[in-house]
Order: sequence, then C-alpha cells, then structure tokens
Amino acid sequence: MRILSDVPTRSAAHGFWLRLLRSPNGIVGLSIVLGLVVCAIFAETLAPHNPSKMGTGGRFLPPGRDFLLGTDEFGRDMLSRILHGSRITLLVGAVAVGISLTTGMLIGMVAAFQRGWVEAVLMRGTDVLFSFTETLIALSFVAVLGPSLQNAVIAVGVAGIPFYARTCYSAALVETSKPYFEASIAAGAGPSRLVFIHLLPNVLPTMIVVATLGVSTAILAAAGLSFLGLGAQPPTSEWGYMLAGSRDYINRAPWLMTIPGLAIAITILGFNLLGDGLRTSLDPVERR
Amino acid sequence: MSGALLSARGLAVTHGAGTRAVPLVHSVSFDLARGQILSIVGESGSGKSMTAKALMGLLPPNVTATGEAFFRGANLLDRGTSPPRGTGIGLIFQEPMTALTPVLTIGMQLTEAMIVHGLADPQEARTRAIQMLDRVGIPNPKQRMRQYPHELSGGMRQRVMIAIMMLLEPDILIADEPTTALDVTVQAQILDLLRDIVRDTDVGLILITHDMGVVAEMADDVMVMQAGRVLEAGSVHQIFSVPKDAYTRALLAAVPSVETVSMNAKPTDNHALLSAKHLSKSFSGGRAFGIAASETKAVDDVSLDILQGETLALVGESGSGKSTLGRILARLTKADRGSVTLGATNLLSLEGAPLRQERRKIQMIFQDPYASLDPRQSIGAAIEEPIKIQTTLSKAARQERVAQLLTRVGLTADMARRFPHEFSGGQRQRVAIARAIAAGPELIIADEPTSALDVSIQAQILELLSDLKSENGLTMLFISHDLAVVRQVSDRVAVMRQGTILELGPTEAVWGAPRHPYTKALIDAAPIPDPSRKRAARSPILDTFKVAPLSEAAPGHWVAL
Repeated sequence: MRILSDVPTRSAAHGFWLRLLRSPNGIVGLSIVLGLVVCAIFAETLAPHNPSKMGTGGRFLPPGRDFLLGTDEFGRDMLSRILHGSRITLLVGAVAVGISLTTGMLIGMVAAFQRGWVEAVLMRGTDVLFSFTETLIALSFVAVLGPSLQNAVIAVGVAGIPFYARTCYSAALVETSKPYFEASIAAGAGPSRLVFIHLLPNVLPTMIVVATLGVSTAILAAAGLSFLGLGAQPPTSEWGYMLAGSRDYINRAPWLMTIPGLAIAITILGFNLLGDGLRTSLDPVERR
Repeated sequence: MSGALLSARGLAVTHGAGTRAVPLVHSVSFDLARGQILSIVGESGSGKSMTAKALMGLLPPNVTATGEAFFRGANLLDRGTSPPRGTGIGLIFQEPMTALTPVLTIGMQLTEAMIVHGLADPQEARTRAIQMLDRVGIPNPKQRMRQYPHELSGGMRQRVMIAIMMLLEPDILIADEPTTALDVTVQAQILDLLRDIVRDTDVGLILITHDMGVVAEMADDVMVMQAGRVLEAGSVHQIFSVPKDAYTRALLAAVPSVETVSMNAKPTDNHALLSAKHLSKSFSGGRAFGIAASETKAVDDVSLDILQGETLALVGESGSGKSTLGRILARLTKADRGSVTLGATNLLSLEGAPLRQERRKIQMIFQDPYASLDPRQSIGAAIEEPIKIQTTLSKAARQERVAQLLTRVGLTADMARRFPHEFSGGQRQRVAIARAIAAGPELIIADEPTSALDVSIQAQILELLSDLKSENGLTMLFISHDLAVVRQVSDRVAVMRQGTILELGPTEAVWGAPRHPYTKALIDAAPIPDPSRKRAARSPILDTFKVAPLSEAAPGHWVAL
C-alpha cells in the first residue's frame, strides 16, 4: 500500500545557534555578555591606568579626555576600575550560580527520581528555605562566615539553591513520567543509566535557561551585599562596592554612582536577554 | 430542501504571504443543503479542520482564506463579513471539557449565549435551556443546570455542548471530530443524537472526521481530502462502493471493521507463559495525613493466563483498568495484592538487579510515539539500550543488531544516528517496536499502539507487529479500545470494565456469540464502515450490574454472569 501522509516532522537539529542568532533578544544578549567576557579577560591591557593607584590626575575629575569616565574620591580612574570590576562581577555570577545550579539540580533530580521519603525530606527542606527571602539567607550566611567577597559569593550561591532545586524537581518529575523513561525502566536500566543517560540531558536545557537568567540575580545580590559592606572590601574594584562608596558624593560627582549602576544594569540586561533567547531557541514548542 | 444553505466555491487557505506562502487548502467547493449531513474525511494534515475554521472565521493569525462561501447571501470569507458564529453556524469541538468554561455552571453557559444574542430574556432562556437539556438526553435537567462541567461525564459534556449550539437555532452545525475523545458506546449515543437533531430541525451538518465507520453511519455525502485537496466527492454509497480515487481505495482498505473475521484466530492449547492471580490495585485521590480521601479500584481481583504464542487482547473503555493491568504485568505499576508468575518466578516479589534481569522477558510498546522515545537520544542508541543492558555483546555486534532491527521494521540502517524529531509518528512507532524486540523478549505488552496514528499507518503497524510476532515466536498482550482492531489481531480476547474481566474467550467465539450484555453493547456500538448496512437496534448499556466470578460457559469461554 502507498504510504499515506506519513511525513516526518521537519525541524532543524543543528539549528540551535541559527535560532539563537535569529532571535533579536538572543543576539543582543549574546553580544553584551561576550563584550563583558572580553573586558574581563583583557582588563589589564584595556585599562588605561592601575585601578588601585590613587591621585593619578586629581580627585572628582568629571568624565573627559584624559579620564574617559572620570576619577573617584581618591583620584582613581573609573574606567580602569569598571573594567577590573567586570572580572569580579563575572566570577561572582558564575561561581554563585554554579553553587546554586549543581546543588539544586542534585537535590531536584534525586527527589524526583527516588520519590518516597527521600523526596519528602528534600522538598520539604527546600520549602522551608524557600519561605525566607534569598537576601535574608545570604545575610545570615555572611553574618556567620564574616564579610568578604568570597563569603558573599558562597552566601548568594546557597541562597539560590531552593529555587534551582524546585525548578529542577518539577522538570525532572515531568520527564520521569514520560513513556520513554518507563521504556528504559522496562528494558532493565539501572538508576545511574536512568539519571545520566535519560534524565540529565532532558532536564539540562531548562536548567541552562534558568541559570542564565539566574546569573543576573546573583550578580545583583552580590553587588547588594557589597553595597552593604558585607561583600567586597576595599580596595577591590567591585561594582556594588563602588556604588556604595559613591553615595556620599551623589551631588558633587553624580557619575561616580551612575557609571557602576549602569554597568550593573547593562550586564543584567545582557544576561536576561541571552536567557530569553536561549529559552526560545531551546524550547521545542517555540521552534515550530 | 430549498437550494443550498451554504455554497463554497474555490475556498483556499494559505499560511503566510508572498513568496513564503504555504497553501494549506486548495480550492475546495461544495454545497450544503438543509437536513443534509456532509462529511469531510481525511487523515491528519489533510486540511479538513482548516476548511471548517475558515468558514467560522477562526483561522489562526497569519493564515488567510480566499474564495467564496455564501451563507445567507454574504460571503463568509470576505474580510468585512462578521462570522455568523452561534446564531448562523454552530461549532461542536472534539474535546468537550476544554470547550466548556470550567468555572461557570452549565446553566449559565446555556443561557448566556441566548441572552447575549438577544434571543430571550433570562427567565425564558432558563426555560428553554432546561427543555433543550431534556431534548439532548440529559436526565434531571433542572438539577444539571446548577452543575459544573467537571461534574459531568465526557458524553454528557458533549450533549451540553450540542445543547448550547442548538439553543441559538443555527442553520448549520459544524462538528469537528465530535466523538473522537469519547468511548465507543458513548460515541454511538452522540451520533444518534446528532442524526436525530438533523432530522428534526433540518439543520445542515458538516461532520469532520477521520473515522470511516462514523462516515458510513452518518453521512449523506462525503468529501475525501488529502494534503489540502479534495480527491473525491460524492454520495456516501458511491464513495464506499465505487471509490474512484486510489487514495480513497487505500483508505477504505486500511479501515478495520468489527465485522472482518480475524485472520489468525486459531485456538491454542499451549501452556500459560504468564499467569496472573488475584491482582488488585487501587488509586487513592487526595491524601491527607496518610488517610486516603477517596479510593478507586483500577484493577479488582483479576486472574488471567497469557498462553505461549498467542495474542491476547484486553478490551475496555476508558477507566476500565486495562492499562493499569498491563502496567502491573510489566512491573511499571506495583500491585496491591496478587501474583504474576512468568516461568517459575513471581515477578511481583523481585526487586533490584534480579528484577532488572527479568525485565528482558517483558517489553512494552506505548501509545504515544512522540513521548515514548527520548528526544535527546539517537534512535540507534534507543534501540541499542536494551541489548547493552541485557547482553554482553560487543559494541560492533550491538550495532550490527541495531542495523538488522532497523531494516526489519522497515527503516534503514543509516537512520540510526538520527533523532526522534526527524521521524513521523508511524516511523517512531516502528523504532519503539524495534526497541521492544531488541533484547529478545518473550512477551510484548502493546498499550494502544496504533491509537495515535492515522488509519493507513495503523494498518502497516499492525501488519508489522503480526509478522514480528510469528517470526520471533512472541506472545503479545494487546490493549485496545478499538474493537475492530482487536478482532483483526487477537486469538483470545478479555473484556474489562470497572477493574474486572467480564468475558474471556476465543476472539471469534466472543464476537460470534457474546454472552455478557456489556460485550454485546460494546460490539453493537462500534460503527461499521459500510453505509448500505442499516444497523440493528443498539443494545442498551447497563450502568450497573452485579459482579460475579468468571465461570466457564463453553470450553475456553468464560463469562462473569
């Protein structure tokens, strides 16, 4: 008999990058993030001055020819400080999200896979942490560990765990109830095969999107801690700390506050746009 | 009959515009008269639903319709014409749960449209709504007015949907797969109701369906569509007895009928391969502090033998527990009580590594070919998985076996590296079948393996399953709601309802002389794809009956009466 109307559904397998680059959000976000990475890697070369050297040309110089973004209250070059700050910002985002993502995914996947009392303990524990705001958890962590950039990053990472655990748990729950997962069980697959061959690859795309969006939250939270004096300590060039330090000079030298603020805003915008672009290009429904 | 009620000429539907325009429907023309039932039939992607949506002005954005469709002197496809939804043309959807608003009582939904269209004041609307509910066969209409959609069964909801549409006194009803989501006995009732309504009120009915049985039973005229084109149109007798187009002929040949005598039904006196004893499984809804709020018995003390080399069909409507029973046998759901012995081992008492080893012997094929393959795993890896887990073959030997299997199920060996989304539904089901037989199982449990597929693909898959079964000496448990398919493939059949087996016997014995009234009703309700046959009066369906243990009414034929 003729094969009737049984045509494969066409969809590009390798079109992920193409789709990302075609989405306006994705391309803008990717450019901003890539620009930031370049700044961070080549900060030494790009920065016109030593970011910690005081009194290079005078205090409170407005943006001009010699100092493109002006100087701060100690006469340090703002451009150099912002460039060096991008390193810390990216590192903070990556490490904090790394902590939240790996721990959260572990909790979420184990809970969804094991079910029973393991699930109950892990998810109720997550719910308890969820009932406190992330900032409060991060603050109490820093209070215990002591104020330093490293501790701030750990605190922000830990505070993010419940969110990632919840998201991963619900994504994993959907996958474990699908027939392909059961077919694998019926074939005799053991726990490690089920988790690493089937569960992880199917949960990962969702988590990558969540993590990309989460980078901005983490950067903001770490900057917030630094702003409160609980994160980066002087003379580190950290954007949140720079923002805090410039508070007293808001009338005299408004650029001191505007520039780090803008840097944070643009970075967050970049990661959010990238996350949105990833979401559309990884989501099979949006693809059609 | 006074001329055409609706007259479509050159109706075309296009997605997109300019150079990237994709035609979805090419130039469809037809006339619909009062009291006429026109059936548009076709497989998925044929454009049958798009045609109806174009008439209703319900096309998705970016999709445009051109041509003419004159109704009450206006062209429905003109941009300026406001579509006469409701009062002119009523639409009945496939899924009555989503078509009704869950947060409003059905009384409000019935009266709202009449009031909005200015057909009646609230008092009068209510009276007419109650009358209409009575007309569409809903018992206790006054009480029903206060109920919410979730309190009604699927069939009742579809009746309410029909009532809502009929209250607006439309001239045309468009029913888009109105019974596809319903059980066969309920389908029969809804079709009867629709036919009565057309006869009594003289509306024109456009019935969109993929089911040739429904067409044969309902339609006056038929339009066969494929890939957006009308291949053939004519009276129902003409289409069924002298189909002109090759596609129509192929489609009709692929349709299984409850009347077709099974080709492989031969009584086996083999020993039991698998033996299930006193299986029970309940699901509890809503649990608080360890106390179940409500309990549903999905499987209630079922005992069953599956004989070596046979195809045993498990037939039942939704909620009969047939899938749960299949899942218990495959050890995907844990039974509350009972035993399942395969050879000498009790499967239900195994855990861990011994269970994983034993799993090789029983493999499952699932209904939804889109969900039954891991989207992130190449199909080669999917088929290789059971071999890798269950045997000690080398990588080269495994890949050779995968290539063999792919060729055997009608695909090609070079497809192994592709991913599921590159395949059609039918091809994916072939991959799932290859995976199921890969590690040499003894029993295949196929849970509605063709329900999600078009009828012509279904025929191919059934043929493949039957060939593989005889080649490999497999035993099969075939779970289905489709009696025609069941008769075609099975040696023995077990009829399930509400968690118990009501009748069990050789397929031809059960079909030839069903002994349980429910089996009788089920067989009578199945539509027959032959318009020249006037159906016998349907057996009434009993809602409740006494539960009795199975007893042997004839050799090998067991009935619970």
